[in-house]
Amino acid sequence: MQQNQETALDIRGLRTEFKVGGRWYPAVRDLSLDVAENETLAIVGESGSGKSVTALSILRLLPQAGARIGAGEVLFEGRDLTKLSEREMSSVRGNSIAMIFQEPMTSLNPTMTVGEQIAEAITIHRGASQADAMAEALRLLKEVKIPSADSRLHDYPHQFSGGMRQRVMIAMALACRPKVLLADEPTTALDVTIQAQVLMQLDELKEAYGMSVVFITHNLGVVAQIADRVAVMYAGEVVELATVDALFANPAHPYTVALLRTMPRADRATESLEPIPGSVPPVTAMPEGCAYASRCPLKQPSCEDKRPELLPFDGPGHQVRCPVRLEQTRG
Amino acid sequence: MIRYAIKRLLLAIPTLFVMLTAIFVLVRLVPGDAAAVILGDQASEASLRALRTTLGLDQPVYMQYLSFIGDVLTGDLGRSLSSGRSVGQEVLLVLPYTIELTLAAIVIGVALGLPLGIATAVRRNGWVDYAGRLISLVGLSFPAFVSGILLLIVFAIQLGWFPVLNSGSSGDPIERLRNLALPAFNLGIIMMAYVVRVTRSSMLGVLGEDYIRTARAKGVRPGRLVIRHALRNGLIPIITVVGLYFGTLIGNSVLTEIIFNRPGLGKLILGALNARDYTLLQGLMIIFAICVIAVNTLTDLAYGLVDPRVKYK
Repeated sequence: MQQNQETALDIRGLRTEFKVGGRWYPAVRDLSLDVAENETLAIVGESGSGKSVTALSILRLLPQAGARIGAGEVLFEGRDLTKLSEREMSSVRGNSIAMIFQEPMTSLNPTMTVGEQIAEAITIHRGASQADAMAEALRLLKEVKIPSADSRLHDYPHQFSGGMRQRVMIAMALACRPKVLLADEPTTALDVTIQAQVLMQLDELKEAYGMSVVFITHNLGVVAQIADRVAVMYAGEVVELATVDALFANPAHPYTVALLRTMPRADRATESLEPIPGSVPPVTAMPEGCAYASRCPLKQPSCEDKRPELLPFDGPGHQVRCPVRLEQTRG
Repeated sequence: MIRYAIKRLLLAIPTLFVMLTAIFVLVRLVPGDAAAVILGDQASEASLRALRTTLGLDQPVYMQYLSFIGDVLTGDLGRSLSSGRSVGQEVLLVLPYTIELTLAAIVIGVALGLPLGIATAVRRNGWVDYAGRLISLVGLSFPAFVSGILLLIVFAIQLGWFPVLNSGSSGDPIERLRNLALPAFNLGIIMMAYVVRVTRSSMLGVLGEDYIRTARAKGVRPGRLVIRHALRNGLIPIITVVGLYFGTLIGNSVLTEIIFNRPGLGKLILGALNARDYTLLQGLMIIFAICVIAVNTLTDLAYGLVDPRVKYK
């Protein structure tokens, strides 16, 4: 869909590892993804699939002890972010790449007013005076449609509802007009009506600011609403990559198919939802072959021998990590 | 904030009454006849009766209670049985020394403990952390009387930097500081040990919070991250410990004042105990109770200043 556009962020062969009992285990393996300018890429997967770790790896926000980027590059504006010094990295964070988090209740500092928290990034990256930064913070609060923003600028986070706090988070992220916005389940903690409002607003702001968005979610309904392309992650790797239309019309990977079956749909009668049996293998005990094999209805004996590769499927830009499905479509 | 402050101050009043009542009951619970204890075995019946009348012990208990509360509220704490001076006078004579010592100990404890505690948390499991924890363990393990004697041996006797015996009444500020240094340090290292521990654990908790990650994601650099974002949120338990330790400080100051031969409330208490000076003891209990309640109220007010959520509860 967006191939003709410039690439904003390019992740190549990323491997993020965690230290468990003195050994390093990969939580994200051999992950390659790119996001075009003004594109929304959704990363979908269940808990423990490595989607949040991917986003945190881009900004290098993982806990400094016990986590590391073992291999790969994150290319942004001609630089490899994994090679930058901590100081150079902090001038990227919140400036050209911003991030919003899942928990609006705990992700804001309880002892600073929302105005101060929004203005902070502007004073850090733009060298603006406190007064100018606060004026800009007020403009941003209005932009994310906080009612009576003038009086609320000096309120503390605990005086806001969950939905309002998430808007404050968005305003904070937008403060320096980032090129890329990483949104880590920004609507998961909100109820459905608020969720819809926040999603719509994110989409409008993306257009207004000309940002690229990496949207992390486990909710396929949200994906359908907001994404251009989708990467489905399982056990730390991308198992399917497709445009949003192709993914819903023609899901290739058995895991994607199963995920879609767990989702209630308005456009067809749903008798019952099917949970996926089993669970994601722990990072300390990744199987040799396909990580999904133990839960897969299409499993062949060969699946457990060799780790499958991500290969082109039928449509343009559609890739899947499943030799059985590839075999089926070819044959 | 003003409404919060007024509320806190009003809440201190019932606490004060409960304390006063407890002190009143406690003193009456002491077995035996107070007059007989004061005057000794050889006292005549007439002098005993006379003393009971002066002390109001011949009155019914509720009358005694009312006059006790009335006296305290009007600032009359009675007369010392041994010196004959009013308790208020006795206390005012030595109170500046105790305040000086306590404040100096708190300043030393916080000025050393807070940065060290922050450093141990930020450099968790590094050498700074181990060193800080070791120092705090040493500070906690030494009883005040042992560390006091060690300080005297090293800095007063061996090195001769500080006086061994406190002259106390010297008007020269330098001399006064030299007199203050060792006892204040003796109490300050214990204070520091507590502050290091609580700062470390509080900061470790706060540094793992989501909003710290949010601040990092905004590009906040480490120095500002620790001071502006983490410390203010980690201050509540630190304030609590400093406030609570104030009470312990008074207990430790008794020992410190004796070792360093400093005038102060601690020595006054010891003297009153030895002389069985009931009225002075009762008066000192009241003074301590008022001090502790005042510090607790200040602690509460500090919570309100540090954490905006406290004011609205």
